Amino acid sequence: MLKGKVFKYGENVDTDAIIPARYLNVSEPCELAKHCMEDIDLEFVSKVNSGDIIVATSNFGCGSSREHAPIAIKASGVSCVIAKSFARIFFRNSINIGLPLLECGDAVDNTNNGDILEVDLSDGRIKNLNTGKEFTAETYPDFMSELISAGGLIEYTKKKLEKE
Amino acid sequence: MTLIEKILAAHCDKKTLNPGQFINVRVDMVLSNDITAPIAIREFNKIGVKRVFDPSKVVMVPDHFTPNKDIAAAEQAKMVREFAREQKINYFEIGKMGIEHVILPESGLVLPGDVVIGADSHTCTYGALGAFATGMGSTDIAAAMATGEVWMKVPPTLKFIYHGKLGKWVGGKDLILYTIGDIGVDGALYSAMEFHGKAIDEMDMDGRFTMANMAIEAGGKAGIFKVDRKTLDYIMLRQKRDYNIYEPDADASYIKVIEYDVSTIEPQVSCPHLPSNTKPVSQLDNVKIDQSVIGSCTNGRLDDLRLAASVLKGKDVNSHVRCIVIPGSQQIYLDALKEGLIETFIRAGAVVSTPTCGPCLGGHMGILAAGEKCISTTNRNFVGRMGSTKSEVYLANPAVAAASAVAGYIVSPEEI
Ligand code: SF4
Repeated sequence: MLKGKVFKYGENVDTDAIIPARYLNVSEPCELAKHCMEDIDLEFVSKVNSGDIIVATSNFGCGSSREHAPIAIKASGVSCVIAKSFARIFFRNSINIGLPLLECGDAVDNTNNGDILEVDLSDGRIKNLNTGKEFTAETYPDFMSELISAGGLIEYTKKKLEKE
Repeated sequence: MTLIEKILAAHCDKKTLNPGQFINVRVDMVLSNDITAPIAIREFNKIGVKRVFDPSKVVMVPDHFTPNKDIAAAEQAKMVREFAREQKINYFEIGKMGIEHVILPESGLVLPGDVVIGADSHTCTYGALGAFATGMGSTDIAAAMATGEVWMKVPPTLKFIYHGKLGKWVGGKDLILYTIGDIGVDGALYSAMEFHGKAIDEMDMDGRFTMANMAIEAGGKAGIFKVDRKTLDYIMLRQKRDYNIYEPDADASYIKVIEYDVSTIEPQVSCPHLPSNTKPVSQLDNVKIDQSVIGSCTNGRLDDLRLAASVLKGKDVNSHVRCIVIPGSQQIYLDALKEGLIETFIRAGAVVSTPTCGPCLGGHMGILAAGEKCISTTNRNFVGRMGSTKSEVYLANPAVAAASAVAGYIVSPEEI
């Protein structure tokens, strides 16, 4: 069960906003985390705590394919991202590196910045502890659940190659 | 089946495919660059295989922060270079280097019918050649370098038909900006875009590369064109291996068919801070600019430089504007030199850079200060994309970028 404070953003949050290109001359997760969300929310880095949750409206993570974006979010301590929709490459990257994403428009519409959410990844249940309201996110297709439970794409590939 | 369903089916040995289906696809080329390869190499090493699945099908291009802009970038480039040498994969060193999406088609590394994946979102550029090409992340690339395969969800396809004849200063860039302005930055989310119509048939390859390049700016997984005479002419002198040509079925099913009459479209400008924020150039009223960038994987090809030079010839870049021209590859640089375009740029007061991504992603070679405005032939105008978060980027075609450099504010080439 995940529990954390909400950082809420709008639509089309792009990967340049999540981690600006000027910091891409390094790839260490902790270095990237120092600049996470910097260009749209200067206070994010100083305020985020382990377990906190990013909530956004549509097309979160659009733009470049940089895996540095989900890496920065994960390394900053964020436990999951909830949005109405995600950009395709960001979605893949997050699943591949083990950053949980949930699609749930209702939860997004009924959550404010600073609310506390409780998220059960096993069944996609989201509870807003400020309002007591509950929501259920879309479930992952079987293939993706398999990837996630293997521990991400690298572990999944390792196991697959061992079998062959 | 649509064009991309045909290509994907052939790469996973299936007779039919439906959108939404998860498949494992064989890949013909796996790409990464100086920003994304370091993570891919790190993840590749965790898998525990010693060699990439096929060195001839793996390519790395150091183009974003190279020639190395600082020590950290130099360390990343070094890591990529050492891996490339050890694995004997395709690699383009400085001197041979160009922007990845310019150089891969140019060197014949991608061909019609291929499945190409790249750790760079603009990998979709190769759809211009009738290939299925899409951007992914570094971890996907690591797994594909080890196995030669990648998991994919078959996307539904949107069909775009462009009727009519293009106006004088209107090209691929304007059609794709117009399209993104119409459908929005998530208008093609999770979908493939298939481009058809008379205006497309008449368009040269460089314009098609520009259009396919920006499919991602509409959220698309791929943008693809049918192979025709122009495609075959383009690859004739470049191909070093066999390829396959696929056609969409006449009864293929599309989620939507969108048609435009291009004859009424004028040059388009995407205003800050989203590529979908497009307006016809005539509606921009006295937007003063500090910089004009002509280059990138979107518009750094020979036709683009010709167009810009035709506007700049015999004119002077406005004294308040820095005009930066960046050929997309060494070959394009050389061709432009032979044609006298480079001299035109320098005489007009523009600076010509070695091929690099440079300012396109705010890397180097033309970073913006707070309050500055830039007209650029690149593909993204997000907040802070070219430098300060208080700077602004306007996207346009090379003729508009060149004309604006002369005028000092955003104008149509008609007006100078
Ligand atoms: S030119 Fe710009 S968009 Fe193209 S690959 Fe380089 S940074 Fe990316």
